[in-house]
Amino acid sequence: MSILINKDSKIIVQGITGTEGSFHAGQCLDYAGNVVGGVTPGKGGQTALDGRVPVFNTCREARAKVGANVSLIFVPPAFAADAIMEAADAGIELAVCITEGIPVDDMVKVYEYLENKTTRLVGPNCPGLLTPGEAKVGIMPGFIAKPGRIGVISKSGTLTYEAVHQLCAEGMGQSTCVGIGGDPIIGTKMIDLLQLFQEDPDTDAIVMIGEIGGSMEIEAAEYVKAHITKPVVGFIAGQTAPEGRRMGHAGAIVSGADESAAAKMAVMRSCGINVVDSPSEIGKTMKAALAKVAA
Amino acid sequence: MKIHEYQAKELLKKFNIPIQDGIVVEEKGQIEAAIDQVASQFNTTQFVIKAQIHAGGRGKGGGVKFCPTRESAIEHANNILGMQLITHQTTAEGQKVNKIMVAEALDIEKEFYVAITLDRSTGQNVFMVSTEGGVEIEEVAESNPDAIQKVWVEASTGLLPFQARQLAYALGLEGQQFKQASKLFMNLYTCYVKSDASIAEVNPLVVTTQGNVVALDAKFNFDTNALYRQKDIVAMRDLEEEDPTEVEADKFNLNYIKLDGNVGCMVNGAGLAMGTMDIIKLKGGEPANFLDVGGGANVDTVKNGFKIILSDKNVKAVLINIFGGIVRCDRVANGIIQAVSELDLNVPIVVRLAGTNADIAKELLENSDVELIAAESLEEAAEKVVAQVTA
Repeated sequence: MSILINKDSKIIVQGITGTEGSFHAGQCLDYAGNVVGGVTPGKGGQTALDGRVPVFNTCREARAKVGANVSLIFVPPAFAADAIMEAADAGIELAVCITEGIPVDDMVKVYEYLENKTTRLVGPNCPGLLTPGEAKVGIMPGFIAKPGRIGVISKSGTLTYEAVHQLCAEGMGQSTCVGIGGDPIIGTKMIDLLQLFQEDPDTDAIVMIGEIGGSMEIEAAEYVKAHITKPVVGFIAGQTAPEGRRMGHAGAIVSGADESAAAKMAVMRSCGINVVDSPSEIGKTMKAALAKVAA
Repeated sequence: MKIHEYQAKELLKKFNIPIQDGIVVEEKGQIEAAIDQVASQFNTTQFVIKAQIHAGGRGKGGGVKFCPTRESAIEHANNILGMQLITHQTTAEGQKVNKIMVAEALDIEKEFYVAITLDRSTGQNVFMVSTEGGVEIEEVAESNPDAIQKVWVEASTGLLPFQARQLAYALGLEGQQFKQASKLFMNLYTCYVKSDASIAEVNPLVVTTQGNVVALDAKFNFDTNALYRQKDIVAMRDLEEEDPTEVEADKFNLNYIKLDGNVGCMVNGAGLAMGTMDIIKLKGGEPANFLDVGGGANVDTVKNGFKIILSDKNVKAVLINIFGGIVRCDRVANGIIQAVSELDLNVPIVVRLAGTNADIAKELLENSDVELIAAESLEEAAEKVVAQVTA
């Protein structure tokens, strides 16, 4: 099993006729065969990916005609917020937005719009999701992952690949890998995924990769302490990042939390997470954590 | 993207927010004329000379001076214009003051702190005010958080008049000042949203002895993602305030931040780039930079990356760490080999490629004519590059 996406997902790609969109839609289709269509306004009735999938004008049409329940969004930044809201309006269950560079004010509006919708958003500015062997919704390279029982949650793209690479090298496959993105406003946070992985009977342990900035990792760590019984291995990138020459004080006084890597790692440790100092220790540490549970 | 105080004030003015006004001077020869003009235009005999640099802490660093007379204003203006101003937010060398603001001096009765920014945890903009203006607001946030009043704004409605009134009441204002402040808060929120700001901070907002509510100083930061629709804001960018190498990297679409160490890094992806810096430090080295070359590390990005990294003379070795996802590693390897052979490099280069076709890539690197040190794992790469600088 897995979380959020599996072999039965019916995936559409918004922006399927663009360069990025068509390339990655093709990769997702080749990976698991469950891309069922695309959406590009004005190109409804055409086909994409060498005639392999139909193109629709709207998400509602795609949902009605091919039963789409997952949308992968590759729409340029200026129009991406609108695309996310269109997916939500159509009742798509999961919208995954890869687009980088969406204005924050647009995302503030999206965040509020999604409040009374049933759609879950992952991203934006993220690598998407991968359930090895079953479904790929995003840009993660499929071949690096293997089916298995470790759930991966990460703010970063290539660091996720690094973690998956190490897990595979240690003989551990993944249930689902989710890149949540590092933008100020994202749809799905670490806590949401921790809960899903905890409930998933086919996930035995969780890797959680964060970065400096924001307070999401702190909230996630407290959630782990209270609700997660499975082993969690964590890493925070940016221990050596210089403290930015900050402008004004508003950012720091909003959260009141220390957003440095050291502070986050300390809280995570105190909440029972197996925190690694080096990003090269993720795989080994997970193996040791699982061995401890088995013993 | 940041702007100067005088630019922030021009922006506030556009949104009908009263400011402490003045004239900007760039050349010493214009100082006296500017002071006389400020005296007549704003009907004042006292002045404040304010250095225009982006960094905070200007006052403590000696870049802001109250001048009770014309003579003292001339003296301070001449001292401040052209000085290297060192504050806790500048580098050790400080920032050259290329512009000063000759401002009217105001008689201040009360000072407040006012700011708008994004609250990531709620996904909403938050409007904050405090009666503890002009002081270290972070200390206030820690020691007396109740002294900061916060109002969260719904995206669909924007700041509502009753919320602006709440904020003004929270500052204990009455009568005319209450009316002025409520209106100012509405205008400030509009300004924040319309200009795609990520921070709008007025510190301090003052009540003058004449009973006017005025923005004495202001700082803005803008959302870089939204600059494509903010031509007026982009026009205010001051490249002299930015690190020249970072400006150069920006032209190549590379994300570069200079640090103090001697191990250059070239990595794809921000998270992995930070992770690579972290492991270099753990292995006993010091990273010289953060450099994210993005998804498609080709010959040109690698070449430009080298140019940027090696413009820092402290760099004694370079670590290239690319996780080839969609991009095949053999292509990246060929790009690196070509870039290295075309550039005349005299520092050791450690290359670690992982992902698609990493084996072929490693063979390519080992068999090429250029001198590269290949590594398989992240750990091995970090150890090898640190060995190069400590040898």
